[in-house]
Amino acid sequence: MTASIPDRATAVPVLALGQTLLVSVQGELYDTLAEQLQHDITLRVADSEVSGVIIDISGVEIVDSYLGRVLAEIAAGARLMAARTVLAGMRPDVAITLVELGLTLPGLITALDVECALELLARPSAPNGSGLPERAA
Amino acid sequence: MAARDPAMTIRVPIRSDADLSWVRQQVRRRAAELAFGLVQQTKLVTAASELARNTLVYGGGGHMEITSLGHGGTDGLCLSFVDDGPGIRDVRLAMTDGYTTGDGLGLGLSGARRLVDEFTIDTEPGRGTAVTVITWAADLPVAERAVR
Ligand SMILES: Nc1ncnc2c1ncn2[C@@H]1O[C@H](COP(=O)(O)OP(=O)(O)OP(=O)(O)O)[C@@H](O)[C@H]1O
Ligand SMILES: [Mg+2]
Repeated sequence: MTASIPDRATAVPVLALGQTLLVSVQGELYDTLAEQLQHDITLRVADSEVSGVIIDISGVEIVDSYLGRVLAEIAAGARLMAARTVLAGMRPDVAITLVELGLTLPGLITALDVECALELLARPSAPNGSGLPERAA
Repeated sequence: MAARDPAMTIRVPIRSDADLSWVRQQVRRRAAELAFGLVQQTKLVTAASELARNTLVYGGGGHMEITSLGHGGTDGLCLSFVDDGPGIRDVRLAMTDGYTTGDGLGLGLSGARRLVDEFTIDTEPGRGTAVTVITWAADLPVAERAVR
Protein backbone atom coordinates (compact mmCIF):
# COMPACT_ATOMS: atom_id res chain seq x y z
CA MET A 1 0.00 0.00 0.00
CA THR A 2 1.04 3.56 -0.60
CA ALA A 3 -0.68 5.47 2.20
CA SER A 4 1.70 7.44 4.34
CA ILE A 5 0.88 9.03 7.64
CA PRO A 6 0.07 12.64 6.89
CA ASP A 7 1.46 15.51 8.89
CA ARG A 8 -0.82 15.77 11.87
CA ALA A 9 -1.14 19.54 11.60
CA THR A 10 -2.78 19.16 8.19
CA ALA A 11 -4.70 16.01 9.09
CA VAL A 12 -6.48 17.46 12.10
CA PRO A 13 -6.59 21.24 12.15
CA VAL A 14 -7.24 22.78 15.57
CA LEU A 15 -8.52 26.36 15.38
CA ALA A 16 -9.03 28.76 18.26
CA LEU A 17 -12.23 30.83 18.05
CA GLY A 18 -12.10 33.06 21.09
CA GLN A 19 -12.41 30.74 24.04
CA THR A 20 -13.49 27.81 21.89
CA LEU A 21 -11.26 25.26 20.20
CA LEU A 22 -12.62 23.96 16.93
CA VAL A 23 -11.18 20.61 15.94
CA SER A 24 -12.10 19.32 12.51
CA VAL A 25 -11.48 15.62 12.03
CA GLN A 26 -11.49 14.54 8.39
CA GLY A 27 -11.49 11.11 6.83
CA GLU A 28 -9.26 8.32 8.07
CA LEU A 29 -7.90 8.79 11.54
CA TYR A 30 -5.05 6.46 12.40
CA ASP A 31 -5.02 5.22 15.98
CA THR A 32 -1.75 6.98 16.72
CA LEU A 33 -3.12 10.18 15.22
CA ALA A 34 -6.21 9.98 17.42
CA GLU A 35 -4.01 9.61 20.49
CA GLN A 36 -1.83 12.51 19.37
CA LEU A 37 -4.95 14.61 18.92
CA GLN A 38 -6.11 13.75 22.43
CA HIS A 39 -2.73 14.85 23.76
CA ASP A 40 -2.72 18.11 21.75
CA ILE A 41 -6.24 19.10 22.76
CA THR A 42 -5.64 18.42 26.43
CA LEU A 43 -2.49 20.57 26.38
CA ARG A 44 -4.22 23.42 24.52
CA VAL A 45 -7.09 23.37 26.98
CA ALA A 46 -4.72 23.27 29.94
CA ASP A 47 -2.57 26.26 29.04
CA SER A 48 -5.10 28.72 27.76
CA GLU A 49 -8.42 30.40 28.32
CA VAL A 50 -10.27 27.67 26.46
CA SER A 51 -13.69 27.00 27.95
CA GLY A 52 -15.18 24.91 25.15
CA VAL A 53 -14.04 22.33 22.62
CA ILE A 54 -15.98 21.49 19.47
CA ILE A 55 -14.97 18.34 17.65
CA ASP A 56 -16.43 18.38 14.16
CA ILE A 57 -16.76 14.78 12.94
CA SER A 58 -18.94 15.48 9.91
CA GLY A 59 -16.04 14.24 7.77
CA VAL A 60 -15.59 11.00 9.70
CA GLU A 61 -16.86 7.87 7.95
CA ILE A 62 -16.74 5.49 10.89
CA VAL A 63 -16.43 5.67 14.65
CA ASP A 64 -15.37 2.36 16.18
CA SER A 65 -14.87 1.51 19.85
CA TYR A 66 -11.31 2.81 19.74
CA LEU A 67 -12.11 6.23 18.30
CA GLY A 68 -15.22 6.43 20.49
CA ARG A 69 -13.10 5.86 23.55
CA VAL A 70 -10.58 8.51 22.48
CA LEU A 71 -13.39 11.04 21.94
CA ALA A 72 -14.86 10.25 25.35
CA GLU A 73 -11.43 10.63 26.95
CA ILE A 74 -10.85 13.99 25.24
CA ALA A 75 -14.15 15.19 26.72
CA ALA A 76 -13.30 13.81 30.16
CA GLY A 77 -9.86 15.46 30.10
CA ALA A 78 -11.31 18.81 28.99
CA ARG A 79 -13.93 18.59 31.73
CA LEU A 80 -11.19 18.26 34.34
CA MET A 81 -9.77 21.53 32.97
CA ALA A 82 -13.20 23.16 33.26
CA ALA A 83 -13.93 23.08 29.53
CA ARG A 84 -16.97 21.56 27.86
CA THR A 85 -16.71 19.36 24.78
CA VAL A 86 -19.35 19.10 22.07
CA LEU A 87 -19.24 16.46 19.35
CA ALA A 88 -20.67 18.04 16.20
CA GLY A 89 -21.99 16.69 12.93
CA MET A 90 -22.03 12.95 13.41
CA ARG A 91 -23.33 11.34 10.21
CA PRO A 92 -26.64 9.47 10.56
CA ASP A 93 -25.17 6.14 9.39
CA VAL A 94 -22.38 6.52 11.95
CA ALA A 95 -24.91 7.22 14.72
CA ILE A 96 -27.01 4.17 13.78
CA THR A 97 -23.89 2.00 13.76
CA LEU A 98 -22.69 3.27 17.14
CA VAL A 99 -25.97 2.40 18.79
CA GLU A 100 -25.85 -1.13 17.41
CA LEU A 101 -22.22 -1.49 18.38
CA GLY A 102 -23.32 -0.63 21.91
CA LEU A 103 -21.25 2.53 22.19
CA THR A 104 -23.55 5.22 23.52
CA LEU A 105 -20.84 7.70 24.54
CA PRO A 106 -22.38 8.74 27.85
CA GLY A 107 -21.26 12.14 29.02
CA LEU A 108 -20.55 13.41 25.52
CA ILE A 109 -22.69 16.34 24.43
CA THR A 110 -23.58 16.22 20.75
CA ALA A 111 -24.87 18.81 18.30
CA LEU A 112 -26.14 18.48 14.75
CA ASP A 113 -23.48 20.81 13.37
CA VAL A 114 -20.77 23.28 14.37
CA GLU A 115 -23.22 26.19 14.43
CA CYS A 116 -25.46 24.40 16.93
CA ALA A 117 -22.39 23.48 18.95
CA LEU A 118 -21.29 27.12 19.15
CA GLU A 119 -24.77 28.14 20.29
CA LEU A 120 -24.71 25.42 22.90
CA LEU A 121 -21.35 26.54 24.27
CA ALA A 122 -22.45 30.18 24.32
CA ARG A 123 -25.06 29.29 26.93
CA PRO A 124 -24.23 29.22 30.57
CA SER A 125 -23.14 25.78 31.49
CA ALA A 126 -26.07 23.49 32.23
CA PRO A 127 -25.51 20.02 33.62
CA ASN A 128 -26.45 18.35 30.37
CA GLY A 129 -26.55 21.30 28.00
CA SER A 130 -30.22 20.63 27.38
CA GLY A 131 -32.62 22.82 25.45
CA LEU A 132 -30.81 23.08 22.14
CA PRO A 133 -30.92 20.92 19.06
CA GLU A 134 -28.69 18.18 20.21
CA ARG A 135 -29.06 14.46 20.07
CA ALA A 136 -27.81 11.44 21.83
CA ALA A 137 -25.06 9.53 20.07
CA MET B 1 -24.69 -22.71 -0.62
CA ALA B 2 -22.91 -19.49 -1.19
CA ALA B 3 -20.64 -19.64 -4.20
CA ARG B 4 -17.13 -18.39 -3.66
CA ASP B 5 -15.19 -17.11 -6.57
CA PRO B 6 -11.54 -17.53 -5.60
CA ALA B 7 -10.56 -14.90 -8.13
CA MET B 8 -12.52 -12.44 -6.05
CA THR B 9 -10.65 -13.19 -2.84
CA ILE B 10 -7.95 -10.81 -1.76
CA ARG B 11 -5.77 -10.91 1.29
CA VAL B 12 -4.88 -7.79 3.25
CA PRO B 13 -2.10 -7.95 5.84
CA ILE B 14 -2.82 -6.66 9.35
CA ARG B 15 0.50 -5.71 10.89
CA SER B 16 0.20 -2.03 11.76
CA ASP B 17 -2.01 0.92 12.41
CA ALA B 18 -1.80 1.93 8.78
CA ASP B 19 -2.98 -1.57 7.78
CA LEU B 20 -6.16 -1.07 9.84
CA SER B 21 -6.87 1.99 7.79
CA TRP B 22 -6.24 0.04 4.59
CA VAL B 23 -8.62 -2.72 5.76
CA ARG B 24 -11.38 -0.15 6.31
CA GLN B 25 -10.81 1.35 2.86
CA GLN B 26 -10.84 -2.04 1.11
CA VAL B 27 -14.05 -3.13 2.84
CA ARG B 28 -15.75 0.18 2.06
CA ARG B 29 -14.77 -0.06 -1.61
CA ARG B 30 -15.95 -3.65 -2.02
CA ALA B 31 -19.21 -2.99 -0.18
CA ALA B 32 -19.88 0.04 -2.36
CA GLU B 33 -19.15 -2.03 -5.50
CA LEU B 34 -21.78 -4.54 -4.40
CA ALA B 35 -24.24 -1.65 -4.02
CA PHE B 36 -24.62 -2.01 -0.26
CA GLY B 37 -26.60 0.86 1.23
CA LEU B 38 -24.67 3.49 3.15
CA VAL B 39 -25.79 2.27 6.58
CA GLN B 40 -24.89 -1.30 5.67
CA GLN B 41 -21.49 -0.19 4.40
CA THR B 42 -20.76 1.75 7.57
CA LYS B 43 -21.85 -1.15 9.78
CA LEU B 44 -19.61 -3.60 7.93
CA VAL B 45 -16.61 -1.26 7.85
CA THR B 46 -17.02 -0.63 11.58
CA ALA B 47 -17.21 -4.36 12.33
CA ALA B 48 -14.10 -4.89 10.19
CA SER B 49 -12.26 -2.16 12.07
CA GLU B 50 -13.06 -3.83 15.40
CA LEU B 51 -12.04 -7.29 14.26
CA ALA B 52 -8.88 -6.15 12.49
CA ARG B 53 -7.78 -4.27 15.60
CA ASN B 54 -8.29 -7.42 17.68
CA THR B 55 -6.18 -9.35 15.14
CA LEU B 56 -3.44 -6.76 15.54
CA VAL B 57 -3.60 -6.15 19.30
CA TYR B 58 -4.45 -9.60 20.70
CA GLY B 59 -3.51 -11.88 17.81
CA GLY B 60 -0.14 -10.21 17.29
CA GLY B 61 -0.98 -9.49 13.66
CA GLY B 62 -2.40 -11.57 10.83
CA HIS B 63 -4.50 -10.89 7.77
CA MET B 64 -7.98 -10.28 6.42
CA GLU B 65 -9.43 -12.23 3.53
CA ILE B 66 -12.18 -10.50 1.63
CA THR B 67 -14.41 -12.51 -0.70
CA SER B 68 -17.45 -11.54 -2.73
CA LEU B 69 -20.28 -14.05 -2.55
CA GLY B 70 -23.19 -14.79 -4.85
CA HIS B 71 -26.20 -16.53 -3.33
CA GLY B 72 -29.31 -17.03 -5.41
CA GLY B 73 -28.75 -13.66 -7.02
CA THR B 74 -28.01 -11.85 -3.77
CA ASP B 75 -24.57 -10.42 -3.34
CA GLY B 76 -22.68 -10.67 -0.09
CA LEU B 77 -19.30 -9.89 1.31
CA CYS B 78 -17.38 -12.36 3.45
CA LEU B 79 -14.53 -11.15 5.64
CA SER B 80 -12.18 -13.41 7.59
CA PHE B 81 -9.76 -12.09 10.19
CA VAL B 82 -7.05 -14.63 10.84
CA ASP B 83 -4.16 -14.71 13.27
CA ASP B 84 -1.96 -17.39 14.83
CA GLY B 85 -1.80 -15.70 18.19
CA PRO B 86 -2.73 -17.04 21.63
CA GLY B 87 -6.37 -17.83 20.80
CA ILE B 88 -9.32 -17.28 23.12
CA ARG B 89 -9.89 -19.68 26.00
CA ASP B 90 -13.47 -18.75 26.87
CA VAL B 91 -15.24 -17.55 23.74
CA ARG B 92 -18.57 -17.05 25.47
CA LEU B 93 -16.94 -14.72 27.95
CA ALA B 94 -15.00 -12.87 25.24
CA MET B 95 -18.28 -12.30 23.38
CA THR B 96 -19.85 -10.64 26.41
CA ASP B 97 -20.45 -6.88 26.25
CA GLY B 98 -17.89 -5.13 28.41
CA TYR B 99 -15.46 -8.03 28.78
CA THR B 100 -11.87 -7.06 28.01
CA THR B 101 -8.45 -8.36 28.94
CA GLY B 102 -6.89 -5.17 27.58
CA ASP B 103 -7.87 -1.58 28.22
CA GLY B 104 -10.70 -1.53 25.67
CA LEU B 105 -14.43 -1.23 26.20
CA GLY B 106 -15.01 -4.90 25.52
CA LEU B 107 -17.41 -4.09 22.69
CA GLY B 108 -15.44 -5.24 19.66
CA LEU B 109 -16.52 -8.86 19.32
CA SER B 110 -20.06 -8.55 20.67
CA GLY B 111 -20.65 -5.30 18.80
CA ALA B 112 -19.26 -6.64 15.52
CA ARG B 113 -21.64 -9.60 15.78
CA ARG B 114 -24.60 -7.21 15.99
CA LEU B 115 -23.38 -5.28 12.94
CA VAL B 116 -23.29 -8.20 10.47
CA ASP B 117 -25.66 -10.91 9.20
CA GLU B 118 -23.50 -13.94 9.97
CA PHE B 119 -20.71 -14.30 12.49
CA THR B 120 -18.50 -17.29 13.28
CA ILE B 121 -15.46 -17.54 15.47
CA ASP B 122 -12.97 -20.37 15.33
CA THR B 123 -10.32 -20.29 18.02
CA GLU B 124 -8.27 -22.54 20.20
CA PRO B 125 -5.76 -21.64 22.89
CA GLY B 126 -2.29 -21.62 21.38
CA ARG B 127 -3.61 -22.04 17.85
CA GLY B 128 -4.86 -18.64 16.88
CA THR B 129 -8.19 -17.13 16.02
CA ALA B 130 -10.27 -16.77 12.87
CA VAL B 131 -13.39 -14.62 12.92
CA THR B 132 -15.54 -14.73 9.79
CA VAL B 133 -18.42 -12.39 9.09
CA ILE B 134 -20.85 -12.12 6.18
CA THR B 135 -23.19 -9.32 5.24
CA TRP B 136 -25.70 -9.70 2.42
CA ALA B 137 -26.70 -6.73 0.28
CA ALA B 138 -29.96 -5.38 1.65
CA ASP B 139 -33.45 -6.32 1.21
CA LEU B 140 -34.02 -6.23 -2.55
CA PRO B 141 -36.10 -9.22 -3.63
CA VAL B 142 -33.91 -11.94 -5.07
CA ALA B 143 -35.63 -11.72 -8.47
CA GLU B 144 -34.82 -8.04 -8.76
CA ARG B 145 -31.20 -8.60 -7.78
CA ALA B 146 -30.80 -11.38 -10.33
CA VAL B 147 -31.44 -9.10 -13.29
CA ARG B 148 -29.24 -6.34 -12.03
N1 LIG C 1 -7.84 -12.26 17.82
C1 LIG C 1 -7.83 -12.44 19.16
N2 LIG C 1 -6.88 -13.23 19.75
C2 LIG C 1 -6.87 -13.42 21.09
N3 LIG C 1 -7.77 -12.87 21.94
C3 LIG C 1 -8.73 -12.08 21.43
C4 LIG C 1 -8.82 -11.83 20.01
N4 LIG C 1 -9.89 -11.03 19.79
C5 LIG C 1 -10.43 -10.78 21.00
N5 LIG C 1 -9.74 -11.40 21.99
C6 LIG C 1 -10.07 -11.39 23.43
O1 LIG C 1 -11.44 -11.09 23.59
C7 LIG C 1 -11.59 -9.94 24.43
C8 LIG C 1 -12.79 -9.15 23.98
O2 LIG C 1 -12.56 -8.59 22.71
P1 LIG C 1 -13.38 -7.28 22.27
O3 LIG C 1 -12.92 -6.85 20.93
O4 LIG C 1 -14.83 -7.59 22.45
O5 LIG C 1 -12.99 -6.22 23.38
P2 LIG C 1 -11.62 -5.40 23.52
O6 LIG C 1 -10.81 -5.51 22.28
O7 LIG C 1 -10.98 -5.84 24.79
O8 LIG C 1 -12.15 -3.91 23.68
P3 LIG C 1 -12.73 -2.97 22.48
O9 LIG C 1 -12.78 -3.80 21.24
O10 LIG C 1 -14.09 -2.55 22.93
O11 LIG C 1 -11.78 -1.83 22.37
C9 LIG C 1 -10.28 -9.20 24.32
O12 LIG C 1 -10.04 -8.39 25.45
C10 LIG C 1 -9.28 -10.35 24.20
O13 LIG C 1 -8.99 -10.90 25.47
MG1 LIG D 1 -11.54 -5.20 20.38
